Amino acid sequence: MSEELARLLADLKEAEALAFVEKALEQGSDPLDLLASAKEGMAIVGERFADSDYFIPDLVFSGEILRRIVALLEPHLKKQGESNRLGKVIMGTVKGDIHDIGKDLVVFMLDVSGFEVTDLGIDVPVQRFVEAVRETGSKVVGLSGFLTLAFDSMKQTVDAIQEAGLRDDVKIMIGGGQIDERVRRFTGADAYGKDAIEAVALAQRWIGG
Amino acid sequence: MEKKWEEMSAEEKQEAQFQKLLAPKDPEGNDLKFQSREAEAAYKARINRLKDAIQLKRPPDRVPVALFPSMFPYMYAGMTVQEAMYDYEKCVAGYKKFVLDFEPDFPMGAAGPGPGRFYEILDYKLYSWPGHGVAPEHSYQCNEGEYMKAEEYDLLLSDPSFYFRNFYLPRVFGKLAPWNMLPPLTGILEMYGVAFNFIPFGLPPVQDAYKALFEAGAEALKWAMAVGGVDVELATLGFPNIFGGFSKAPFDVLGDTLRGTRGIMIDMYRQPDKLLKALEALTPIMIGLGLGAAQQTGKPFIFMPLHKGADGFLSDAQYKEFYWPTFKQVMLGLIEGGCIPLPAAEGGYNTRLKYLNELPKGKTLWMFDQTDMAAAKETVGDTICLLGNVPSSLLKLGTPDDIRDCVKKLIDTAGKGGGYVMGNGAFFDEAKPENVKAMVAFTREYGVYK
Repeated sequence: MSEELARLLADLKEAEALAFVEKALEQGSDPLDLLASAKEGMAIVGERFADSDYFIPDLVFSGEILRRIVALLEPHLKKQGESNRLGKVIMGTVKGDIHDIGKDLVVFMLDVSGFEVTDLGIDVPVQRFVEAVRETGSKVVGLSGFLTLAFDSMKQTVDAIQEAGLRDDVKIMIGGGQIDERVRRFTGADAYGKDAIEAVALAQRWIGG
Repeated sequence: MEKKWEEMSAEEKQEAQFQKLLAPKDPEGNDLKFQSREAEAAYKARINRLKDAIQLKRPPDRVPVALFPSMFPYMYAGMTVQEAMYDYEKCVAGYKKFVLDFEPDFPMGAAGPGPGRFYEILDYKLYSWPGHGVAPEHSYQCNEGEYMKAEEYDLLLSDPSFYFRNFYLPRVFGKLAPWNMLPPLTGILEMYGVAFNFIPFGLPPVQDAYKALFEAGAEALKWAMAVGGVDVELATLGFPNIFGGFSKAPFDVLGDTLRGTRGIMIDMYRQPDKLLKALEALTPIMIGLGLGAAQQTGKPFIFMPLHKGADGFLSDAQYKEFYWPTFKQVMLGLIEGGCIPLPAAEGGYNTRLKYLNELPKGKTLWMFDQTDMAAAKETVGDTICLLGNVPSSLLKLGTPDDIRDCVKKLIDTAGKGGGYVMGNGAFFDEAKPENVKAMVAFTREYGVYK
């Protein structure tokens, strides 16, 4: 592990972080170690976001630096399964709604916090969520939506999971522009989160980690 | 002798604009003929009520109440969003029903759904709308993307109009793709070689683009006649549409539809100097956009939807460096020209309130979505007029009693001493009609200043 790389990434030093990775690879460093360091850096980014030291631009830019580091490492990494994931979470923007920025931030924060995220995308049909719960065995489902129409879609999704007999197997969280406690009660979800940090906290409370 | 417009102070210009609103004209330029004396009195009372709320000199007779919905009027009238977008007569009839049934002091007009066929003719790619990626009963939604590339700042900076015509518009309108072949107008200089500049207009794809444009223009006109007609009719019935035009904060111009949310956030790190220069370059353009519209419509209120400056989107330092300076300049330029900026702060704006005290007193009207209104009153209540804050979730899921509690609390805090307009916080599609009715009725009853 390289504390140096984790620090460079956490401090959003793009050029220095990339130069560090290139040089380390030339000198024969283990790419898996470098990847672990980058993830360590992302965990620090997540902490700073939770502490309100970092905001969305910082999160987005850290993701961009990570993407470029992974691109440098990829040719040196042998394909292998994801290891040591905390647990599985399903995420998607509900039927009728195509907004993805909020949902993508939650996916990103869950991922860097160590969860294995199945991202179903936007305008996700109710049954697709049900199938995903069956296929993945995820214990947490996150429903995102920006418009008032999402209230109904969220309720329909929760109802469908219930009808499929899966409601007791999963915890459901909702979030997005106009979502509050009143909407949570209406939809029958277990909790709502104001931002990506609250989504991670909920997943941690429900799954552990 | 009357002062010339150019010689007036911002204060005098605003007053002149209100006087113009109080003496409305019909489309032929004659004095508007109201349908009754009561309608005329109601119209003028509404303008004066708003004027008092905004100027912060004295409380109005009562708290004004605005309803700024998204697709609610059309859903309420029993049509799909698709019908409202494609059948202009049906759209304006639905809008008229909404205004007459709910009686807001300030309707915002029936332009919301927009002309569906127009978007089809030009193959608009920036949005999905009913029948084009969205179900008939749902509202149109933006397709985020990098319609301006990271390396194109210099192009935008050197000639924004050329950049828009040759790069941005061909990307967002499929039918205007051939516009990327057009020459810069600034190359048309003297007789020698002048004809070379016009060769692209002879090419079939460019000619097809212009044919589509003529068709689109005719469609836009047809739609505007319907939408404008209902505004005039509602004015004769006592309901003034105050919206004069639209502008944006320069950061949102770049961050919403040019570079996109992701793009602009990465630019803040990789090319902050170019981003700042582009924001400066867009500032006079956004002032001109608002002033031009106000001149054309004769109405001073310039609507400014705010997005990327909301709580949580940027840090305080980032807001202060990238968002606020040019946004403030646009508002000051509009105020200088006699306009009244009407920013709509979507999401929360709690951490930004302190900046708003840099604005001149009594010149802006702020629509707040999830901002703490008591704190807003405390922090900037002596500078700006507040509007809104009734939550979308309450309108859709609450009861009339919940609405009355919410309205009472808002009038007791934000409405204390004037300087407040009752209204919804975010542009809503769905709501219980009885809740919307309760919001207006209870404001009229409880919001009277004694």
